[in-house]
Amino acid sequence: MIPAKFEYLAPESVEEVIKFLQDRGDNAQILSGGHSLIPLMKLRLAEAETLIDIRRLAGLDGIDESNGIIKLGARVTHSEIEHSDLIRDRLPLLAQTASVIGDPQVRNRGTVGGNLAHADPASDLPAAVIALKAQIELVGPDGSRTVAADEFFVDLLTTALEPNEVLTSISFPVPAAGSGWSYRKLAHPASHYAVVGVAVVLSVEDGRCVSASIGITGLGSKAARALGVESALLRGELSDEAIGSAAALAPDGFDPLEDIQASAEYRIEMARVYTRRAIVEAVTRAG
Amino acid sequence: MAISRMIGATVRRKEDPRLITGASSYVDDIRRVDLLYLEFVRSPYAHARIGTIDFSRAADLEGVIDVITHDDIKDAVAPIPAGSLDDDTLKADRHPLAHGKVRLVGEAVAAVIADDRYIARDAAQLVDVEYEPLKAAVDVEKAMEADAPMVWEEHGTNIAYRYHVGSEDIDDALQKADRVFSYRYVNQRLIPNPMETRGVVVDPQPDGGFTMWTSTQIPHIVKNRIAEGLSIPENQVRIIAPEVGGGFGCKLNVYAEEYATAFAALRLGRPVKWIEDRTESFIATTHGRGQVNYIEVGVQADGQIVALKTKIIADLGAYHQLFTPAIPTLSATMMVGPYAIPSAYTEIFGVFTNKTPTDAYRGAGRPEATYFLERAMDQVANDMGIDPVEFRRRNFIRPEQFPYETPTETTYDSGDYEPALDRALELIDYQGFLKEQGTSRAEGRYLGVGFSSWVEICGFGPSKDMGMAMWESGTVRVEQSGKVTVLTGASPHGQGQETTFAQLVADDLGVPFDDIVVLHGDTALINYGVGTFGSRAAVVGGTALRMSTDKIKEKAKLIASHMLEASPDDLVYENGAVSVRGAPTRSVPFDDIAAEAHEFQVVPGDSGIEPGLEATSLFNPANWTFPFGTHAVTVEVDSETGEIELLKYVAVDDCGRVLSPMLVDGQRHGGIAQGIGQALFEGAVYDDSGQLLSGSLMDYTVPVASQLLSFVLDRTETPSPENLLGVKGIGEAGTIAATPAVVNAVVNALTPFGITDIEMPMTPQRVWKAIRAADDGGRL
Amino acid sequence: MKVSISLNVNGVQKIADVEPRMLLVHLLRDQFGLTGTHIGCDTSQCGACTVMIDGRTAKSCTVLAVQAEGSDIATIEGLAKDGELDRVQEEFWNEHGLQCGFCTPGMIMAVKELLDRNPNPSEQEIRHGVDGNICRCTGYHNIVKAVQAAAGAGI
Repeated sequence: MIPAKFEYLAPESVEEVIKFLQDRGDNAQILSGGHSLIPLMKLRLAEAETLIDIRRLAGLDGIDESNGIIKLGARVTHSEIEHSDLIRDRLPLLAQTASVIGDPQVRNRGTVGGNLAHADPASDLPAAVIALKAQIELVGPDGSRTVAADEFFVDLLTTALEPNEVLTSISFPVPAAGSGWSYRKLAHPASHYAVVGVAVVLSVEDGRCVSASIGITGLGSKAARALGVESALLRGELSDEAIGSAAALAPDGFDPLEDIQASAEYRIEMARVYTRRAIVEAVTRAG
Repeated sequence: MAISRMIGATVRRKEDPRLITGASSYVDDIRRVDLLYLEFVRSPYAHARIGTIDFSRAADLEGVIDVITHDDIKDAVAPIPAGSLDDDTLKADRHPLAHGKVRLVGEAVAAVIADDRYIARDAAQLVDVEYEPLKAAVDVEKAMEADAPMVWEEHGTNIAYRYHVGSEDIDDALQKADRVFSYRYVNQRLIPNPMETRGVVVDPQPDGGFTMWTSTQIPHIVKNRIAEGLSIPENQVRIIAPEVGGGFGCKLNVYAEEYATAFAALRLGRPVKWIEDRTESFIATTHGRGQVNYIEVGVQADGQIVALKTKIIADLGAYHQLFTPAIPTLSATMMVGPYAIPSAYTEIFGVFTNKTPTDAYRGAGRPEATYFLERAMDQVANDMGIDPVEFRRRNFIRPEQFPYETPTETTYDSGDYEPALDRALELIDYQGFLKEQGTSRAEGRYLGVGFSSWVEICGFGPSKDMGMAMWESGTVRVEQSGKVTVLTGASPHGQGQETTFAQLVADDLGVPFDDIVVLHGDTALINYGVGTFGSRAAVVGGTALRMSTDKIKEKAKLIASHMLEASPDDLVYENGAVSVRGAPTRSVPFDDIAAEAHEFQVVPGDSGIEPGLEATSLFNPANWTFPFGTHAVTVEVDSETGEIELLKYVAVDDCGRVLSPMLVDGQRHGGIAQGIGQALFEGAVYDDSGQLLSGSLMDYTVPVASQLLSFVLDRTETPSPENLLGVKGIGEAGTIAATPAVVNAVVNALTPFGITDIEMPMTPQRVWKAIRAADDGGRL
Repeated sequence: MKVSISLNVNGVQKIADVEPRMLLVHLLRDQFGLTGTHIGCDTSQCGACTVMIDGRTAKSCTVLAVQAEGSDIATIEGLAKDGELDRVQEEFWNEHGLQCGFCTPGMIMAVKELLDRNPNPSEQEIRHGVDGNICRCTGYHNIVKAVQAAAGAGI
C-alpha cells in the first residue's frame, strides 16, 4: 500500500507553517509522527495535496516544569512521556497512559500533538489529558490561544483547531500531592486502541473524595469528561456501593459507538465497569 | 546400524544464519533488470455483473506499460482447473481475470503493469469499471435456500455437492441408544495470514518459456498447472519457491495471480513482479474453516457412545480452489476421533457463497471434526453427569484394537491414547485444579479447565485414495569429496526440513551433519516433488530419503568391495565406513568411497557398476498416519467484562518417532497459538452485502505475544508402522487440539451460570452477553 | 517532484532522490537493496518492517523517507559486526526463535530496543516489549526464551 502523490513542505518556523496552511487551505495536512495519517494515506482513505512536516520546527520537543506546570512540546513522543522520570514522578497517569498506546514502535514515533490533533475517538491519550485538565496551546495567524482539554475534542476526528492553526504544546497542572490516579482500558485485541478507556485523578481526605476528574475515551465519538461520575463521587463517602453507583453514571452524555468488536450496549456496560475499577485503583493510590 | 546421534538430537537450524541476518530472499527480494510491477484492479462488490471497463485514464499515466482484462487473456489462458470431488460436483470455473460477473469482493477484474510499483498503484485506481450490483449469498445456511441469490445462476442452486460417508444404518443405531444428544456448532471462517503475503515474479525466457518465483508450498504442482493453463510445455517452465514466509495451507494452491502475472510477462517480454499487500491478502488468498455442524450423539446409560451422526454445511466461497471441495471430507473422515464409536455417519453439503474460497488452513478439516466432537464430548458428559475426562477414557480406542478400522472407511495405524491423557492430567494437576476452582467460585471468581483428546489423519498420503499424486521424492547425492547434497520435493515454508533431513541423512550415512546441504523449492533442480502440507514432509519426504540412503549404502558396499577386495556380502556399512564383517580394520571410509565413485580408478570397467554415488527415491505411502494426544488448559473468566485469561496450557502429543525435538516442539507452539487464535480472537466478519468487515490486521486479531502464554509440553512416542522411520507428522497438531480445549475450559468456567456453549471467537463481548443472558437463571 | 535527502544507513552515508511519498521501507529495500527489512502489512500492526531510527525502533512502512532525512538508520543487515552475530541473533538461533523467518529481522530489532531499555525483563515485560511484532509461526514461546537467554547473557 502506497500513498497518493502529495506536495511536501518542511518549514522551519511556526509562522511558515501557518502561512502554508493559509495558502493551501483544506488540502493541507500537518505531518507530525505520521502514525495516524500515513496508514490512512497508504490505504487511500485520506488524501492530502500538501503535507506540512513540522519536524524542523524549533521548540516543540521539550518536557519542562515551571511553577507547577509541566509543558510538553507537540512533538514529544509517547515513549518519551512513558520513560520520562519527570512525568513518571509528577504525572504518573500520563506516563501510564502513554505506556499502553499501540506498541513500542508506535510509541517511539507517535507524538502527543499529532495524537490529540487527530482526535481518534478510541485513542488513549485524550482520556488522560482531559482527566489531568491540560491546556492545549494553538497558534494561528492571530497569535496563540489555549483551549482546555475537555473543550478541545469537538466530535469524531474533529477538534477546536481552526484550519489555519497548529498545535504547539500541552500544559499540565501538576495534581496536588497525594492525588490518586488510574488509567484502565479494555483494549481492542487487534488495533490495541481503547474499546473503552477511563482516566481518573482524584484526592481523598478523611475517606471522602474531595476532587475528581475523569476522562473517558472509546465510548463515544469523542473523548470527554464524565461529569456525572465526578459530581456523584464528590457527594459521598467512598464505599463500594457509592463508587459503584457513581461509576454507573459513566455513560451519561455519551452517544456510544458501535463496531464489530463492541456493541453500544457492551461499551456502555464496560464504561461503567472500567470506571468503577479505575476509581477503586485511584482511591487505593490516594493518600 | 550407525549409532543414532543426530536423529532425536536438539540442533540449531541450518536455515537460520541467513534468516537472522536478513540475507535471505523472499519473492519481493528478487530483483531483475527491467522489472515491471503489476497491480490488480479488484471488485468492490461481492456479486455484480461487469459492464464496461474503461482504462483510458490509467493507460495515459506516464510509466504505465499495459492494462489487461479478461478479453486480452481469454484466448491464451484456460480457466483455472478447479478441485472437485467427483463428476457431480458443480463446476465453478475461475478465470484469472473476471469474466462477465464478479462473485466475491476482491476478485481481480483487470491488471495494470507499470515501470514502478507506485505508478502501478496509482494507475489501478484510475481504471473505471462499471458494475451492476447483485444480491449476495453470504450466510452459508441461508445460501442453501431455494430463493437465495445464486452465485452461479446456471446451476440454479448454491449446493455444489453432497457427499456422505459412514454407517448406512445410523438412524437405527441412534434409535437403539439409551440417550441421544443434539448440538449445533459453528466453526468460523479464518484468514490464514502468513506474515509473508503471496507474491510472484515471472521472467520470460528466450525459448518461449519462463521462470517464476512464487511464494508457494507446492512449486511442482504450480509448474504442471500453470504450464497446462498457458499451453507451454512444462519443461520450459521453471518454478522457484524461494524463501517462503509461512503458508499454513493458503499457499497450497494455484492462484489466478500466478496465471495473470505469467501472461503479462510473456505478453510484454519483460519480467513482471506482483506482490500482494495485506489488504489484498485478506480477500484474495484462500480462507480456512467455515463450517456449520449439526451433531447427534447416541450414548448408552453406562457412558458408551454407540452412534454419531453429523451434518456438515461447508461454506466453500464462490470458486473451487485446489482442495476447496475436498477439505470438508477430511472432517467426515475423522469424525469419530480417538473413540471407538461403532456407528458413524456424515453428510456434507458443500455450499457456494459470494465470499473468498475456503481451502486448506493448518489442520484443514480435522480441526473442524475435532472441534464438534470434543465440544460434544464435554456437553454429553455434562448432560449425563459424567466427568469429561472419564467419559473420554471410557470411549477411547484401546491399544490392542490397532490397526483400527473406523466406520468412516479409515484405518488408524497405531495408537495408545490413555498415557497421553494421564500425563496431561498430571501436568495440569486436574484434581488440584478442581479444588481451586471450587474455592474460587465461592469468591466469585470463575476458573475453568478444558480438555481435548485428538487424533488426526496426516502424512498425505496414498495417491490413489487421495485422487492426486501424493508421493514425495528424495535424492541423496554424494559429492566427490564425500559431502552430501540432499534434494527434497517437500518444499518447506518455515518448517526446517534443511535441518531435519540433514539429521536423518547424517545418521543414515554416518556423515557429519555439517557436511550435508539440503536443497528444495526449484523445479529445475528437483526432478519430482509435491510439497509441504498435511503434516507430510517427514512422513513422506523423510521416508523417500531413507529409501535413498539405503540405496547409497548398498552401492557404497559394491564400490568398497573392489577397494577392499572382498565380497559385498561380507561387508557392513557402519559409522560412515564400509568394513569387512568381523575384521573392522579392513575398512574404507565414506570419503574414499565417494572419491572412488567419481574417479573410478579401482572399480574395473567390467564390474557392471555405474560411476557416481547418487540415489533418488519416490515414496508413495500405502496409508496415512494418525498422530494423537491430549491438550488441557485452564482459564479464568472475568464475569463482569467477559475477558478471558489463559492460566496454563498443557499439550501431550504423540507424533511417532521424533527426528528433531526442538523443531517438533516449535511446530506445536505455533499450532497451539493459531488454535487459541481461533477460539478467542480470529474470525472473518462479513456484512449482509458480502463486505469483509474484518479485513485488516487492525480488525482481525492475529495474536501478539502478550495475548498468549508459554506452553507446557510433553510427548509420548508410538511409532507408525506405515513408514521406515516410524514418524507420524506434527505440523497441524496444535490447531487441531487447542481450539476445543480452550472453548471447553471457558464453558467449564461458566458452568455456574448454566452456560453450555459460546460461539467462537469468544470475544469479551460474546462471553459477557452469554453471562448476561444466563445471569437470571442458574447462577449458583 | 523529487527531494534529495541524505541519511546514514548502518554507518554508511547515503544520498537519495525520492518522491515525498516514498516510504522509508521502500527506500531501504528497493533503492538501497537492504531487503532484510520486510513488509507484512499496510496498517502498522505487524512490525516486519521494524528498523532503528536514531537508536529507536520504528515501523519503516509508516515513515516517509523524507522524514528520516539526516537520521541514522540501523537495519538487520548492520547488526552482526565483523562476522560476529549479535547476541540477540545468536539466541534466536539457539532457542529456535524463528521458523519462516519473515518476522525475524523486525522482531530482532524490537528485542534490541527492549533489552536496551530493560536489561532484565520479566516474561510479561518481554511479551509486551514485542507486541508491535506479529509472528505467526512460533506462538512466541521460543521468542520469549531467546530474549530471556539474551538477557541472561548480558547485552
